Amino acid sequence: MADKVLMKGNEAIAEAAIMAGCRHYFGYPITPQTEIAAYMAKRMPKIGGVFLQAESEIAAINMVYGVSSTGKRVMTSSSSPGVSRKSEGISYMAGADLPALIVNVQRGGPGLGGIQPSQSDYFQATRGSGHGDYHLIVLAPSSVQEMADLTIKGFDLGDKYRMPVMLLADGTMGQMMEPVSFDNVETKEYDKSWAVTGTKCERKHNIINSLYLKPEELEKENFARFERYKVIEANEAMYQEYKMDDAEICVVAFGIAARVAQNAIDAAREEGIKVGMIRPITLWPFPKAPMLAATDKVHTFISVEMSMGQMIEDIKLATECRRPVELCNRVGGMIPTPDEVLDSIRAAAQKGGNK
Amino acid sequence: MKTTQILIAGFGGQGILFAGKFLAYKGLLEGKQISWLPSYGPEMRGGTASCSVIISDTPVGSPIVSKPDVLVAMNLPSLDKYEDSVVPGGVIFVDSTLIERKVNRTDVTVYYVPSTQLASDNNLGNLANMIMMGKLMDVNGDYNEDGIHAALGKVISARHADMQAVNLKALEIGKNN
Repeated sequence: MADKVLMKGNEAIAEAAIMAGCRHYFGYPITPQTEIAAYMAKRMPKIGGVFLQAESEIAAINMVYGVSSTGKRVMTSSSSPGVSRKSEGISYMAGADLPALIVNVQRGGPGLGGIQPSQSDYFQATRGSGHGDYHLIVLAPSSVQEMADLTIKGFDLGDKYRMPVMLLADGTMGQMMEPVSFDNVETKEYDKSWAVTGTKCERKHNIINSLYLKPEELEKENFARFERYKVIEANEAMYQEYKMDDAEICVVAFGIAARVAQNAIDAAREEGIKVGMIRPITLWPFPKAPMLAATDKVHTFISVEMSMGQMIEDIKLATECRRPVELCNRVGGMIPTPDEVLDSIRAAAQKGGNK
Repeated sequence: MKTTQILIAGFGGQGILFAGKFLAYKGLLEGKQISWLPSYGPEMRGGTASCSVIISDTPVGSPIVSKPDVLVAMNLPSLDKYEDSVVPGGVIFVDSTLIERKVNRTDVTVYYVPSTQLASDNNLGNLANMIMMGKLMDVNGDYNEDGIHAALGKVISARHADMQAVNLKALEIGKNN
């Protein structure tokens, strides 16, 4: 067995970012993700990196914009209210085609909400969060090991497609400890000839900008960006199937909700209910193909989430509304128990897809 | 195939999270699948603190312990809050120095350990938590010196290596009570 260490999810994100070559971290403290900043504050000075606690989330995201413009790997992290504040900057980065990793360790909302875990920033993350036509690649880990792996993957995807990437976790994922291994970490290098690094009078100026006053030009930029998004949708959707082979009911859940759902599915299987799970690992692009394929054998989908049914929209779009989608949820910092999920699976089995 | 769900609860400062981390590391070093989840938030500052630890032969699903096989109650509010959640046939460890009442349940096994008193009698400061862990491992039949040494090496930083001996002593006192 490879040498594994116990780490909190938040710490695993920070260590993985360093391994991915990130040497610039800007942030502003907020529960439940402050361990990321604390880890960076400790490590960055020792490895020639920069840790800077900005005066606000808005300042932090604009520092990220600046470093990303120079072609360096850079990240910020926050929790729900803080990510709302960063959204303006995230939109600017999308408009300027700048990569970065933005971590959201979600807590209950809206408003200041609470500090307990939530998944209610689903729309904010998957619909782009700020103004204008754009997407973020959204990665949703469901174990501490995945928090590390997807952090590294996030930096690669951001560089590959020149766009901001969001790691969408929640308070439980950030605070829990599990074994994690950093063996076989591989990161790729991408062409960054677009970066502003000084021309040395040898090349034309690179310009990083999101302002296009001529509508024809701005339209062209938008069209080109969405062509790239099509490529991402075709190639980068990630998901994991659990006991789907003979499933007649399909639970859809991500992050901590998927962990809870797994217990419920095991319990339901013991009762003879044929239930499985499709766990989206990317929330954008949403793994549409396996869900559409599942409509052939599944009579009911159940969205298990810690939000008010936000993911149902994506499940209905993916399945073209061919099957009913039920909701099993808790919100405001509450986490569904395996028994609650089991009850909704039993109810779906009883209804058998009849409305 | 076995999965043990453990809930350790008390008030902030009793080393609840540390005790859980020790158990988790011991499990990890013994090749088990484990998860550790603390309660977090304002309740940690002087109020109640709790920690879910799962040690399993198979991959851990939900890291949240809502029906513990083992409850370690280090103060009265914790026993009041979690007594009913323990699975029938489960085990409850009670710090009988701080909790004067008895457990009401009759379908669980209960061990009353005056761990806070034992810690103070033996000059072990606030190591009531580790006295309890010693008792817990003894009851579970997995008190083994090698695993304990290795796990302590992981949870006690090199800077505080001198704390190893007192932690070991606390574990032993727990085992022998």
